[in-house]
Amino acid sequence: MGNVTATPQTIALPTDSAGREMLVSVRGLKKHFPITSGIVFQRQVGAVKAVDGVDFDVYKGETLGLVGESGCGKSTTGRAVLQLYRPTAGSVVFEGNELTTMNNAGLRAARRRMQIIFQDPFASLNPRMTVGNIVNEPLVVHNIMNKKQRKEYVAQLLERVGLNPYYINRYPHEFSGGQRQRVGIARALALNPSFIVADEPISALDVSIQAQVVNLLEDLQEELGLTYLFIAHDLSMVRHICDRVAVMYLGKIVEIGPTDRVYDNPLHPYTQSLLSAVPVPDPEVEENRRRIILSGDVPSPANPPSGCNFRTRCPVAFDLCSDEPSPPLIEIEPGHFAACHRVT
Amino acid sequence: MGVLLEVKNLVTRFYTQEGTVYAVNGVSYELQEGETLGVVGESGSGKSVHALSMMGLIPQPPGKIESGEVIFQGRDLLKLSREQMRLVRGAEVAMIFQDPMTSLNPVLTIGTQLTEGLKLHMGMTQTQANRRAIELLEMVGISDASRRLRDYPHQFSGGMRQRVMIAIGLSCNPKLLIADEPTTALDVTIQAQILELVRQLRDELGMAMIWITHDLGVVAGVADTIQVMYAGRVVERGPINAVMKDPRNAYTLGLLNSLPRMDEKGRGERLHQIVGSPPDMRVKPVGDPFWPRNPYHTEKCKQETPELEQVADSVPGHMSAAWYDLKKDRESQQLQGEG
Repeated sequence: MGNVTATPQTIALPTDSAGREMLVSVRGLKKHFPITSGIVFQRQVGAVKAVDGVDFDVYKGETLGLVGESGCGKSTTGRAVLQLYRPTAGSVVFEGNELTTMNNAGLRAARRRMQIIFQDPFASLNPRMTVGNIVNEPLVVHNIMNKKQRKEYVAQLLERVGLNPYYINRYPHEFSGGQRQRVGIARALALNPSFIVADEPISALDVSIQAQVVNLLEDLQEELGLTYLFIAHDLSMVRHICDRVAVMYLGKIVEIGPTDRVYDNPLHPYTQSLLSAVPVPDPEVEENRRRIILSGDVPSPANPPSGCNFRTRCPVAFDLCSDEPSPPLIEIEPGHFAACHRVT
Repeated sequence: MGVLLEVKNLVTRFYTQEGTVYAVNGVSYELQEGETLGVVGESGSGKSVHALSMMGLIPQPPGKIESGEVIFQGRDLLKLSREQMRLVRGAEVAMIFQDPMTSLNPVLTIGTQLTEGLKLHMGMTQTQANRRAIELLEMVGISDASRRLRDYPHQFSGGMRQRVMIAIGLSCNPKLLIADEPTTALDVTIQAQILELVRQLRDELGMAMIWITHDLGVVAGVADTIQVMYAGRVVERGPINAVMKDPRNAYTLGLLNSLPRMDEKGRGERLHQIVGSPPDMRVKPVGDPFWPRNPYHTEKCKQETPELEQVADSVPGHMSAAWYDLKKDRESQQLQGEG
């Protein structure tokens, strides 16, 4: 996009031991939602530990996948990284700045560089605004460009995400789900961010439309050098789009590593059973697969099991898993970490 | 094995304020006893509406079954009175739906909902029905069943509610179970539990199933026969291996190609996408409804609607509705690519 005027910042990013630039660094991130009791004098009687101590880095230009079942805290993690939920504890460093201690004015400036695409393209677009105004709004809020420039730029953005700029004055209900998701992507791109959290961006779309949106996200990444945190429960799509993947269970990351290593050589028993449960569109493969069927349901995050929180469903749990505190992430092979007493 | 169900030229439309919706446009097929049929399609393909039409569950108006016959064990279900139909539903044909929260009544206990059908269809007393209900809950893997009969749906998790729905569906030993996206709202590990349970119960009880889903992976693991629907029509049908390994309809091929596979490396490769979007079902379809999105379309596709016909060079029962020869077109495309 030629005349993008959102200032291209060149920030010296911190690097890790391997020399990779860390765009986002998350350490000990926790988000607990209080459970209160009483009507007038509310007192806290507990907490839902949605995210309970999460560490990861997102390197510049990569796509990090965050996968897990519903209620594992993956969406909360994405929002806590962007400070849409203020974390209970922990640190989030983005482009060298600590976000958790930043005031609202500082955050507003930082949000120019980090954006989010939501799951539901029906709920995340204001039905009373035209798509032109929806994409234009971030530019108005941040006071970028004059009115005429903005109009031209919005048309460019719509075209870039594969929508005809002719539709600039139409309302969201006039578009299909896939087109609406493109509007959401255009809005996220308007401020020329470096980091985008994509929170289940394709799970509400039809199968034939999912591929279109995923291809668009990949094209934009290549063209604009974007970095994605891709939150999803579709493990097949994650394998396709992500460079690295982190698997969450009950508020904690149980395994993280390069995508192909995690899929070809899953270390944590939860990852193993999760991957074995994903159906493959091939009848021969389906017939001969060994599935590890987990018993029971995910425990409540308000009252997680002691020790390793997967031990209640784990097929290979032993006494250490309940006696010891939850195991830390240990590097088993280069860049591939798992948190399990059985894996050392 | 005999024919259990025969659907002939089923047409369903909805007459709404925004115009006529052409939901199902002539669906015909046979289902054998004990067979599992996977019906695959995207939203708006008519896969759910065709099943609801068969069961007399379409709200009329605005819906109307324009024509067709649904012969189940010698009787045309569409000609039955409401009372007669009520005795078929739940007893001989059972249905389970996508969302177990909205299809269970929140103000009745699980026990009440489980025993209702047993008393109505099997003529059991409350005591007999309770005993059978406990057996059923145990069969679908719910522990402490006698106590849980007194629980309400909200006291169960999503996966557990779907197990209850399956128990209700199976309570009167149906010959046919129609499952409409029963695992779509569930997590993959819970979906795997439910699929395992259904496969096992099906083999034990020898019932036929129609499994409606958008997920080709789920169909691959559960169905004997697959039927792909697009714009209210069946576009391809056949034994699961033949259709998925050697698709002859461009829509089936497009769907299979657009799916990334968990067991294959993918990063860096572009997904094949089907261009455009599904058709507006308010427009009366002319020709092959998929032609604007089909790179292999011919002039004939624009004018005439193809019928489902046996694919000449494939296994018996493999049928496709297409004017083009997908296999030949793809081969010549490959030759061009090399040359």
